[in-house]
Order: sequence, then C-alpha cells, then structure tokens
Amino acid sequence: MEYLVQQLINGLTLGAIYGLIAIGYTMVYGIIGMINFAHGEVYMIGAFISIIAFTILGPFGFASPIVAIIIVLAVALIFTSVYGWAIERIAYRPLRGSFRLAPLISAIGVSIFLQNYVHMLQGAKMKPIQPVVRGGFVLAQEGTFVVQITYLQIGIIVATVALMAGFTYLIQRTSLGRAQRACEQDRKMAALLGVDVDRTISLTFVMGAALAAVAGLIFTLYYGAVDFFIGFLAGLKAFTAAVLGGIGSLPGAMLGGLLIGLIEAFWSAYFPIAYKDVAVFGILVVVLIFRPTGLLGRPDIEKV
Amino acid sequence: MGQVKPAEAFREAALAALIALLLAIPLVGFRLVDGLRGLSIETRFDWVAWGVSAVFFGRLAIALSGTRRRLLPDLKSVGAALSNLPGGLSRFAGGAMLVGALLLPLVPFADRYVVEIAITVLIYVMLGWGLNIVVGLAGLLDLGYVAFYAVGAYSYALLSINFGWSFWLCLPVAGLLAAAFGVMLGFPVLRLRGDYLAIVTLGFGEMIRIILLNWKDFSGGPNGISSIPRPDFFGFPFARTAEDGQTTFHQLFGLEFSPMHRIVFLYYLILILAMLTNLFTLRMRRLPLGRAWEALREDEIACRALGINPTMIKLSAFALGAMFGGFAGAFFATRQGFISPESFSFIESAVILAIVVLGGMGSQIGVVIAAAFLILVPEFLRDFSQYRMVLFGMAMVLIMLWRPQGLVAHRSPSARLGGRA
Repeated sequence: MEYLVQQLINGLTLGAIYGLIAIGYTMVYGIIGMINFAHGEVYMIGAFISIIAFTILGPFGFASPIVAIIIVLAVALIFTSVYGWAIERIAYRPLRGSFRLAPLISAIGVSIFLQNYVHMLQGAKMKPIQPVVRGGFVLAQEGTFVVQITYLQIGIIVATVALMAGFTYLIQRTSLGRAQRACEQDRKMAALLGVDVDRTISLTFVMGAALAAVAGLIFTLYYGAVDFFIGFLAGLKAFTAAVLGGIGSLPGAMLGGLLIGLIEAFWSAYFPIAYKDVAVFGILVVVLIFRPTGLLGRPDIEKV
Repeated sequence: MGQVKPAEAFREAALAALIALLLAIPLVGFRLVDGLRGLSIETRFDWVAWGVSAVFFGRLAIALSGTRRRLLPDLKSVGAALSNLPGGLSRFAGGAMLVGALLLPLVPFADRYVVEIAITVLIYVMLGWGLNIVVGLAGLLDLGYVAFYAVGAYSYALLSINFGWSFWLCLPVAGLLAAAFGVMLGFPVLRLRGDYLAIVTLGFGEMIRIILLNWKDFSGGPNGISSIPRPDFFGFPFARTAEDGQTTFHQLFGLEFSPMHRIVFLYYLILILAMLTNLFTLRMRRLPLGRAWEALREDEIACRALGINPTMIKLSAFALGAMFGGFAGAFFATRQGFISPESFSFIESAVILAIVVLGGMGSQIGVVIAAAFLILVPEFLRDFSQYRMVLFGMAMVLIMLWRPQGLVAHRSPSARLGGRA
C-alpha cells in the first residue's frame, strides 16, 4: 500500500512533465494540423538553458532557492520562446499551405539539426547539477520504507495545476484564445474577420515553447542531469500523451500526460523496467482501437 | 518588385541579427564544462559576435540585392523541368541510370570504397521504394518503417545462425515474416486517421527496438548478433580456400581470388532486389489493387462508396511495403555480418521517409535521386564529422523549403478519365 502511494506520487510528477510538453504538441496540431516533431528538442533546449542559468547563478549563492528558480524560469521562458518562434518562422511558415507531409519532414530536419547543434556546442556528456531543492514531507512509514513527497514534487504539481488553470483561462476567456480557437476552426474565415492568423500561429508556437521550457526546468530540477538526447524520448512520449488524450484537446493532453506518467511509474515498480516504454505504446494502441480519436477527442466528421 | 529602400533593408537585417543574438546567447555564448567540482561555465562571446554579424550582413546583402526574389524562381524552374519530363524522356533517364548502375563495378575508378557506398545507396533506394508503396501510393504515413527492416535483418541472422539456413532460403522467409508483422500491426490500427496511424507506427518501431535491446537471450541485446554468415554464389562460397568438398567462387570460374568478388556480388544482389521492388511497384500501379491504393490516397469516402474495402486495401499496401523492408533487412544483415538494435533507430525511419518525401511522393526516380543525395551528403561531409548531422538536418529543411512537393513531383494518379493510362 505504501509502495503504491509512493509510485502514485512519482507517477503524477512524471505525468506533469509529459502533460506540459503534450500541450505544445496538441495546440500546434489543433491550429495547423501538423505534428511538430521538433517540440521535444525545444523542451531539451529549455532544460539546457535552465542548467546553464543555474550554473551561472551558482557562484552568487542565493539565499533562497525560490529566488534562483524564479530567475532561471524567466531566463528559460524568454530564450526558449525565441527558439519556438524562430523555428516556426524559418522552417514551417513558408510551408504552410503546401501538402501535408512537407512540414513534417521539415520538422524532422529541425529536430535532427537542434539535437546535433546542442551536441556540437555543449558536448555529448551528461551534465549533472547539485540538487537545488531538498527535503520533503514524510507521509507514512512502514518498517524501513518511507513514503515521501518532496517539496520539489509538491512544487511541480502545484505549478502544473496553476499553469493548466491559467492556460484554460487564456484559451477560454482572452481575445488571443478566441483568435486561436477561430483559426483552429477555419483559418481563412478567421483571416477575413480580421484575425491576424500569422501572429496567432506564431504565438501558439511561443506558448508551446514556453510550456516546454517549464517542463525542461522541472526536468533539470527533478532529475538533476541533462544531455542532448533527452528531447527525443520525452517528445515521443508527450506526443503519445497528446494522442492518447485526443489530439487537439488541452485537457486531453494533460490527462494523457498524467496517464502515461502513472503507467510508467507503476510499470517500473511492478514489472521489468526495461519494457516500460513498450507498455506505454501498448496502452496507446489498445486505447486507440476502442476510441480511435483518443480519450477526450471529438470524433471528427468526414465530409466529402 | 521595385528597388528595396536601404533603410528598410537595414531594419530587416537588424531584426534578423537581434533574433540571431537571442538564439545564440544561451547555447553558443555559454558552454558547460565538466570539472572535478561539478559544472562550470566558459564563455564564447566571440562566436556569438561572428554568428550575429554574419546573419546581419547576410540578411542585409539579400535584402539590398533583392536576389531572394530572383534566385528562387530560377531554382524552381529547374525542379519543374525535372518533374515535367515527358514520359519517354523520364523512361530514358531511368534506363540510363540502370545501365550506369549495371556498369558501375566495371569502371576503373570503382574501388572497394565506391562500390560499398553504392551498395548503401541502393539499400536506401530499395527501402525508399518499399516505403513508397505505403506512403506514396496508399497515402498512409508510416513513421516506423525501420521496424520491418529490423524484422528482416534479425530473421535472417537468427535463422542462419541457429538453423544454418542459406541466404536464399532465408530471404523469402524474412520478407514473409516482415509482412506478417505488417499485418499484425496494421490490422488493429489501420482504421485510424492519418496522424494517429503515424504515432502508432512510430511507437511500434520503438517497441521493436526496445524488445531487441532487452530480450538478450533472443537477440543478443545491445551487443547484437555478430558473425552472421555471408552469402555465397548459389552454393559456392567467396573464400580464399574452400572447406573440404566445396568449390569456391574463384575456383569455379578459374579466377584469381579477390575480396572484391564478394562486394561486387553483393552490389549486383542489392541492385536486383531493388529493381524487383521497382518493377513490382510499377506493375502494381496497373493492377486493380494498385489503382485502389491510389484511389484511396486521393479520396477515401469515394472509395467506400464504390465498394472498396479500405481496411483490406490499406493492409495489403502495409504488408507489401513491409515485405520489401524485410528483404532489404535480410540483405543488410548478410552484408554487414553484424547487426544490433542501434542500426534500427527512429532516425533511420526518418531518413527513409525523408527519401520518399524529398523524392516527390510516388515518384520512383525521385526516390533514387533523394536516396543518393541523403546518403552521399553525409558521406562527403565525413571530414567534418562533428558538423555532419547539423548540416544534414539543415539540408533537409532547406530542400523542403525549396521544393515542398519533392524533387520530382509526381502525384498524378496512374489512371485518369479520358486520358492516357
């Protein structure tokens, strides 16, 4: 029982990271119908910028880790967003309106480029940092086994919930969110009615990149080590999460992320850990057989 | 377009430089250095300065000369000419390529290195043609094609090592096994819409790789399988000395022994396999099944209305594409003599898909050009190994931007009403 609770906590934390990345996938897919393959790399860049910022801040020795985290967060958000914006502007915008696979191949190219760009500039070795936030609450104890929720885990879950709430507000209530939903439904009509489509799409990429930066920062804090290859698998799983939840749906992305985090945590606890990714994709296949548009996806009506 | 105002050009260049600066500062400007006492930072602001000024002046030059507008149409018309080749001429180009390929090992400059690279290119041509059936003809986005390639390679390796089966016996078995995997994967998921299918195939590819990596008793895990038997010339091995009772290839033909014999033989083998794939595809396009693939790609609803069963048609495309992947995999295993899960990562699937899309979906010659390009570019860049993959990714993006419809655009259906077939 205690073990189960511990895995639940670990799974939720992992799921929060996947969920945040998955939102980036699902938003971009919703608005331009394209799988942004480079999104996983944007997350990796967010993690790298965070770890670089922490290392620069290190010698100043901030009294409270919270101040340091907030500064790093701001830095990571700004610079990662520029990456998100630039990728869309350079590699995807010229291809808008050409056939469906062109932006996908371009995205794969961007992904290969970014991965090796970071590899070339920062080296292949894993970069470890000292834990920034230590300690936690002990929830229960049985013999020598301690169920613990660390301060960091609490912070991650709270931050994710807050971001989700903020995001839902942004999409549902603000004019930007309205413009986004309009572009999602009918880009040409939205343009005729005075929505700046290019700007809306750019901002979608910027927001996706910002969320990926948060996920990257969380990864850096939680695992304490970053290398240039983390983006691939995380991106793959986050995309799986987006599809599992129903691509195009924001709550779906978060739900899918949580589910995948939980599946991974529980599978690792009770079954051979090496096969945890097989389990994730296996569940995806099973879900898609019974619900072909994902858990929360709207079944789309095919028109002639 | 009139003359560009200098002030405007300057403003654009400054903006581009600012973006470049923001992009470069965090990752180029600072470098993490591993030390004994954790990480430390090294700065490289000179690199940032060089990069940003290069972007500034490059953008300024482009904006002032207005070449962007003039240069691109020129390049575009070259590509358009390629794709508008009349049928006879394109057939001539294909024939010329085939003759060139047949004669390649005989020309004087074709040393071992050249032929080896040609073999690699042909493997990718074959994979591209195989995937073309799925993506180009049937319009199904498959991001896990490498899984079938892996199935073929491991089938051959395991069957020949454990049961001593010859290459010629294993080849069809490997193809059939890969096709069976294609059906197994395809059956539950082919109802899904395009992009859902893409992610499931991607997941499937990763699953196969993870299983091969971890099931050590079966596949040797990360160490892979080594000393896979090399192919022989229909029972006559390529060896310096024959084992008792056997005749070697060079004895059979009364030649001096040379290691090149085997390589040239492998070259012709893959050439034949690839041409079989090509012929098969060309014939299929004239059969009802092939026509149904193309029809399904263009309009699924219309197909259903005409009584075509989309699942069966898609499944056949999937299985046949997988089968050719399996053949190529078996060839790969016998050529390398060593396979490990590393050779079957997602990047391979991405490269094969890129070959199909860059070639212009559905175009057979386009696949050859794209495969030659994508394999030869990294090969020529070998001296800059560090920058190789960076340039590779960049090239993929640039080609896509230059010709989004592929090098040889060929999306026209094989059959049309009132036109030539």
